[in-house]
Amino acid sequence: MSKLVLEKLAAKLGDKLRETHSHFGDDTALVAPDAWHEAAQLLRDDPALDFDLFVDLCAVDYPSRAEGRFEVVLHLYSTTKRHRVRLKTRVGDEEGNGADLDTLTDVWSGANWFERETFDMMGVVFRGHPDLRRILMYPEFEGHPLRKDYAANHTQPLVPYRTEEDAGTILEKVAPFGTDEGMAFGRKWFERGPTS
Amino acid sequence: MEPIDLELEEGELELPSEPMHLNMGPSHPAMHGTVRIVLELSGENIMKADVQIGYLHRGFEKMCERGTWAQVFPYADRLNYVSPMLNNVGYALAVEKMAGLVVPDRCQWYRMILGELARISDHLTCTGAMAMELGAITPFLWWIKGRELVWDILEEETGARLTHSFGRIGGMAKPPTTQLKDLIRNGVPTILHLLEEGEKLLLKNRIFIDRLENVGVISGADAKALGWTGPCLRASGVAYDIRKSHPYLKYDEVDFDVPIGARGDTMDRFLVRLAEIRQSARILLQCVERMPDDGPVNCDDPRFVLPEKMDVYTTIEGTIQHFKLIMEGAKVPAGECYSYTEGGNGELGFYLVSDGSGTPHRVRIRPPCFPIVGGLEQLITNRMLSDIVPTFGSLNMIGGECDH
Repeated sequence: MSKLVLEKLAAKLGDKLRETHSHFGDDTALVAPDAWHEAAQLLRDDPALDFDLFVDLCAVDYPSRAEGRFEVVLHLYSTTKRHRVRLKTRVGDEEGNGADLDTLTDVWSGANWFERETFDMMGVVFRGHPDLRRILMYPEFEGHPLRKDYAANHTQPLVPYRTEEDAGTILEKVAPFGTDEGMAFGRKWFERGPTS
Repeated sequence: MEPIDLELEEGELELPSEPMHLNMGPSHPAMHGTVRIVLELSGENIMKADVQIGYLHRGFEKMCERGTWAQVFPYADRLNYVSPMLNNVGYALAVEKMAGLVVPDRCQWYRMILGELARISDHLTCTGAMAMELGAITPFLWWIKGRELVWDILEEETGARLTHSFGRIGGMAKPPTTQLKDLIRNGVPTILHLLEEGEKLLLKNRIFIDRLENVGVISGADAKALGWTGPCLRASGVAYDIRKSHPYLKYDEVDFDVPIGARGDTMDRFLVRLAEIRQSARILLQCVERMPDDGPVNCDDPRFVLPEKMDVYTTIEGTIQHFKLIMEGAKVPAGECYSYTEGGNGELGFYLVSDGSGTPHRVRIRPPCFPIVGGLEQLITNRMLSDIVPTFGSLNMIGGECDH
């Protein structure tokens, strides 16, 4: 793996580049949230880097972090230089508030849907996005399902469930997952129960 | 007869000029998968299009965070349900990258064989369904017959036609059957014959060609910025195939070409897929020649691979190993990794975050057709309504994968 990408980023961004690593052979750079757009622009426009293929953008929730709870992760590839990079930044406080970030839709047009998805799933708001709507969930949906504090067995039906009076019989509504299901080793957020 | 003189007022002849709104889908014969396109039409021209997905959202990523690493395989099957084996192998390779495992040679060849079979099935379905939506039902039937052949082989190998759940961390569920090589040696020529028969019907058909050529054109640079990969990107002239650019498994040891298109229109995407089936067939025959007939399939690593059933029942070590792997799950080292393979539609990426426990902290799938469908709006705006069907068909949207 070439270190060129990380060195270039370090030279241009200075102390806005928080840390770098190459675990499992993936070059990774963590930048400050205010350098997010600048770093992306640099990665695309620098002829030695030339990241022309937008690969992926997603967010990861680390509920234990007091500062920078959401890690927004961008993967890029260069078809000419044949190298990859992962660019990360951390936004949001412990409650998930203040998670906003500049949009990258003006750098790569493909960022449009991925940013909508990240907003939908994690609640990261992208400033300047042309059309920041929910994409996978329906507009009436409340909350952001991939956050760790959103219980997996919590449902939000658009049409209310049938009640026992309506049906005239005993209905046992079984959620797709019980809270005791799955492998809960070392997972503290299970104990909090559903957030509704 | 005297001509009828209607004496119409000038004003009455004007056609209504307000744009018409049309909902295409989510339940529409040509919107295979479940997608809805809200169109604003002026006559038959599309002024504005809004592509809405999510009708098949099943919370794949959320579900993965609840089980062990090995329990993701059945979910991975249901992402791209036309080529589930490629997803299985893609996920297995991602976990193995984190765990530092390299599967034995025999397993690598085996994974390539199953993967290429799945790719053939994917491309046959896509091209066949696209032709069917344009009214050509015969090639569809013939190519589905070819897919049936592929699925018969996969059924023989895995026991399931569609959702195999056959991948494992550090190997495969079962070693290859003894008749696999013969099935492929006999099956591949038949599939290629069916492919040719279908092609003959379509590629000399004026109507079919006219509906495909110069429709849905996208340049290579635009496609890259949108995040397109796979056959759709290669049709735009960018020779990016992960099997060639960053070979995994044994793809650097087999001989195959990467077909690319010139114009990036619907016809090119159609032809690239057809050419890729032939390349997959080439790879298959080489794999069959080179796969050893015996030798281990699974890694010899008790931290990740389940013991033999006989050992589980007869030895205490086997019982404990089995218990730990099933109840706690394989402990994947903490960290993050992105692993990418060439899926049926393009780069199938898995971004995994592990906290060192037996459960994934985050499984992010990078579905190849999500960005591709994201570019649909750009392709159909200012085109005719009837161009949607071939354009959308050539993108090969798979609902399960696109909607996670």
